[in-house]
Amino acid sequence: MVETILPLVLNGAVVKRRGKRLIGPIDAEISRAGFTIVMGPNGSGKTTLLRLMHGLERLAEGAAVWQGTQIDVQKRQAYVFQNPIMLRRSVKENLAYPLLLRGAPKSTAAQTARDWAARIHLENALEQDATMLSGGEKQKLALARALIQKPDVLFLDEPCSNLDGRATREIEELLLETSRAGTRIVMATHDMGQARRLATEVMFMLHGNLHEFAPAEHFFTQPGTVQARAFLKGDIIE
Amino acid sequence: MSPKPGHGVRAGLVLAMSDIFEGLKAAFWLLVSLDRDLVEITLRSLQVTLSALVIASAIGLPFGTWLAIRRFRHRRTAIAVMNALMGLPPVVVGLIVYMLFSRSGPFGVLGLLFTPAAMIVAQVIIITPLIASIAHQSMRELWADYHDLLISLNTSRWQRIRTLLWDGRRALLTASLAGFGRAIGEVGAIMIVGGNIDHATRVLTTAIALETGKGDFALALGLGFVLIGLAIVVNLAIHRLSGTEREGRW
Ligand SMILES: Nc1ncnc2c1ncn2[C@@H]1O[C@H](COP(=O)(O)OP(=O)(O)O)[C@@H](O)[C@H]1O
Ligand SMILES: [Mg+2]
Repeated sequence: MVETILPLVLNGAVVKRRGKRLIGPIDAEISRAGFTIVMGPNGSGKTTLLRLMHGLERLAEGAAVWQGTQIDVQKRQAYVFQNPIMLRRSVKENLAYPLLLRGAPKSTAAQTARDWAARIHLENALEQDATMLSGGEKQKLALARALIQKPDVLFLDEPCSNLDGRATREIEELLLETSRAGTRIVMATHDMGQARRLATEVMFMLHGNLHEFAPAEHFFTQPGTVQARAFLKGDIIE
Repeated sequence: MSPKPGHGVRAGLVLAMSDIFEGLKAAFWLLVSLDRDLVEITLRSLQVTLSALVIASAIGLPFGTWLAIRRFRHRRTAIAVMNALMGLPPVVVGLIVYMLFSRSGPFGVLGLLFTPAAMIVAQVIIITPLIASIAHQSMRELWADYHDLLISLNTSRWQRIRTLLWDGRRALLTASLAGFGRAIGEVGAIMIVGGNIDHATRVLTTAIALETGKGDFALALGLGFVLIGLAIVVNLAIHRLSGTEREGRW
């Protein structure tokens, strides 16, 4: 067991689909601490970048290097998809699922699932079919199902894109709490306000390239490129 | 004096109507008195069809699931063949099984022609592609839905298969029930390979065909009611199962 699987180093990483480049080459280092926000217009490659880091995309070129053994690396990260994927099971079973995969005893898994359901205010929906929840509830459940694994690194792809203000605030609070407790978070969003509230550093994607990678205060006050400046102003960039 | 045109036809119609009415009454009586022939034939139908169903499900469900989640070189061809087999006319299946099991055929020595075993073989051939195809379709949908999550959660292949089978259990049961519905009502193939022998290979469908031919509507109708009853029960079950499955999608 290593202490942490970070930092993650991307070396000229390229993802292609049917010979066409989707993103890259990308060079970057995800350091041990912080809250990284991935920004950029639609189709700029935010999702692909997150999937690449999490190991869901095959690299066409370059490398993505974590620390530690492959088992550790795979076990200690979790991912929340943009459209939450609900198992066709109850809320409780969705929460318990990752624990049971790892061989937790049923009673422990059930108790932990109940605790987490309470944290996301779904304690009265434990036995409800998860596919019937509202969008915000699904997103919270997906987040709790990721956090229940106690990951070192948590990836989130626009977790609040379809949520109203209250659900968004709930999720942000949970994320800040998680971050303070030491979990490394990398999250895509196109909500500027959310980025300002959460980020300690910003990865700005454009046309499949990592256009700018800077500390948050730096990025928001004095972006290094014309395109980033335009994006922050809310202009349409192509 | 010549009869009015159409008179004879109307008389025939009246006769037929009363025949059917008599038949219905007799059929009802056969049913409530649990007529021995009727019970025997019904039980044989269930025995043959359920045996075929167990075998066809044991082949078709895993095969359909496997086709849905494994990528291999001739996957598309396999799917096309499976769908083509689904459209095989049962009479042709019967003919093929007949030739295979006839005395001069490759399996002639087994002496299975005109036994329930041959009928089971024919039904397995008819319904396995259907079961596999329905299983394949719903498992493919489920796998597309779950794929990224199960990869992200770092599941082993065995864990993935278990999860898909469990969460897809309703769809798989629906596939099996569809196979049952097809098999219980099938007549062409089992008539050829079973021979509709009394107290040996006579089942609901072949008996109905025979009794209708003989003009004994009572037994034919009684058997028909049993068959319709079974079909309704199975279809209600399918409807319920696929209905509860779809609920979550609203
Ligand atoms: N499955 C796919 N097949 C082909 N192209 C894709 C696929 N997924 C994404 N892309 C393309 O890759 C680029 C980056 O997409 P994505 O990472 O989803 O961007 P973002 O998340 O920033 O909107 C886009 O041009 C998109 O059209
Ligand atoms: Mg995206």
